[in-house]
Amino acid sequence: MAKINYVTLDNKKITLEGNSGSLMKLAKDNGVKGIDGECGGVCSCATCHVHVNPEHMDKAGEASEFEKDLLELNDHSNEYSRLCCQIQISDDLDGIELKVAERD
Amino acid sequence: MKKSTFQDPFEVIRTEKGHTEMNDQDDPVTMILRHKDVRKTAHNWKTFQSGAEPGRIVVPSEVNIRDIRQIPFEVDPPQHKDYRSIVEPWFKRPREPEYQNKLKSIIDNLIDETISKGEVEVVHDFSLPLQSRALTVLLNTPFEEAETWISWGTHVFRSEDDPLDGSKANILYDYLDKKIAEAKENPVEDLYSVLLNSEFEGRKLTEEEVKGVMVLTFAGGRDTVINMVTNTIAYLADYRESIERLRNEPEIIETAIEELIRYFTPLTQMGRVVTHDSRVCGHNAKKDTRVSLCWASANRDATVFENPNEIILDRKINPHVGFGFGVHNCLGATHARTIMKILLEILVNKVQSMEILDCIENIENLDSIKRKVGFQKLKVRFSKR
Repeated sequence: MAKINYVTLDNKKITLEGNSGSLMKLAKDNGVKGIDGECGGVCSCATCHVHVNPEHMDKAGEASEFEKDLLELNDHSNEYSRLCCQIQISDDLDGIELKVAERD
Repeated sequence: MKKSTFQDPFEVIRTEKGHTEMNDQDDPVTMILRHKDVRKTAHNWKTFQSGAEPGRIVVPSEVNIRDIRQIPFEVDPPQHKDYRSIVEPWFKRPREPEYQNKLKSIIDNLIDETISKGEVEVVHDFSLPLQSRALTVLLNTPFEEAETWISWGTHVFRSEDDPLDGSKANILYDYLDKKIAEAKENPVEDLYSVLLNSEFEGRKLTEEEVKGVMVLTFAGGRDTVINMVTNTIAYLADYRESIERLRNEPEIIETAIEELIRYFTPLTQMGRVVTHDSRVCGHNAKKDTRVSLCWASANRDATVFENPNEIILDRKINPHVGFGFGVHNCLGATHARTIMKILLEILVNKVQSMEILDCIENIENLDSIKRKVGFQKLKVRFSKR
């Protein structure tokens, strides 16, 4: 069980617990505003873009080339950007904080 | 070759050159074919604009049959964002359970009716009514309106023998004028009324702008949805084991939808007008010429998709551009995905198998290239589960 902290664009913090599945699915299932996951998690739509708390980057791990290529063309991406559909929940993520990124 | 096989006509030219010329009513288009270039060009709205003369970014160009600007489609940032934020919440309604229940009932009834008939011509007697009836939910207008739209046929701007039929477009425009006037007189909870009451830059939307949004809504989601639904039926008929798989593994349905959208890419391309001399993939794009973002080609790019010409229902990484890319990504995507999800869920549970009895392919003429985009007719036998 990992505790995941999402911060929405209006600065509300939502803490959810999860065991498996992606960070996008957990957020979507619980109605976290701004995480839409329109494409269901196949790295096509970028509607699950988050900025990982800089201190938690090692928990999130590194993005794949496909994910990086998509983020590269996003006006709101920075070095802390991830598509949270590409991060699978495990105990290692416990305590991670993700800020919903603004949409292009 | 199976009927649901849609070959990639761009493979050689995409690999060797990356772009190709298409003549279109003396306003030629350079089609951009590689995934990376298509996304980069779509992202660069400053150099490759949408806010050109109305109709010019569409291929084939609609300049000669349309003066009205489609909104937010033919507007560039920053105004684009203001228009888009007006319509966005309305077009996200398909996420709501109430909306989905209405769609479920429409699709469920249509499938029951189809099964009881046994043999059906899918394009006109399944996909067209499905698209039209679903559109009443998107617009939140009475269900009966669908009958009028069904009578218009499968494309809003095209008739069987003329890809750009001006008289056909006028039917839609006259209809919209009437509906906008009605909503002005007597506002209700439909899209027309909501738009008439919306504000842009501190003023109400004009009737012309409302019409611009409505034309986009009618035109953008017409033959695209019809082809997507028809082609999906053809695929499931050809691969009956996939029906069983989707029934047994409903968790892959969303991934399967993205894959079907990638493979069939119902909108082949969308144009842009070049604002200043630049280069794309070695092509000198001159100011005021047209380029197009060829979604269909990008979606078969082997540098991105492994086995691009195969439908892999559980393809996990699928950065397709079937709904476009960048600020102008498809406004109706949520509606389209929801239709597809409900369609697949109900179909695989009610139908055991389908058999293609007869078909006529719908081939798009892209000058030197021909692309199969769907079917003009697809006769199918549905067998009940």
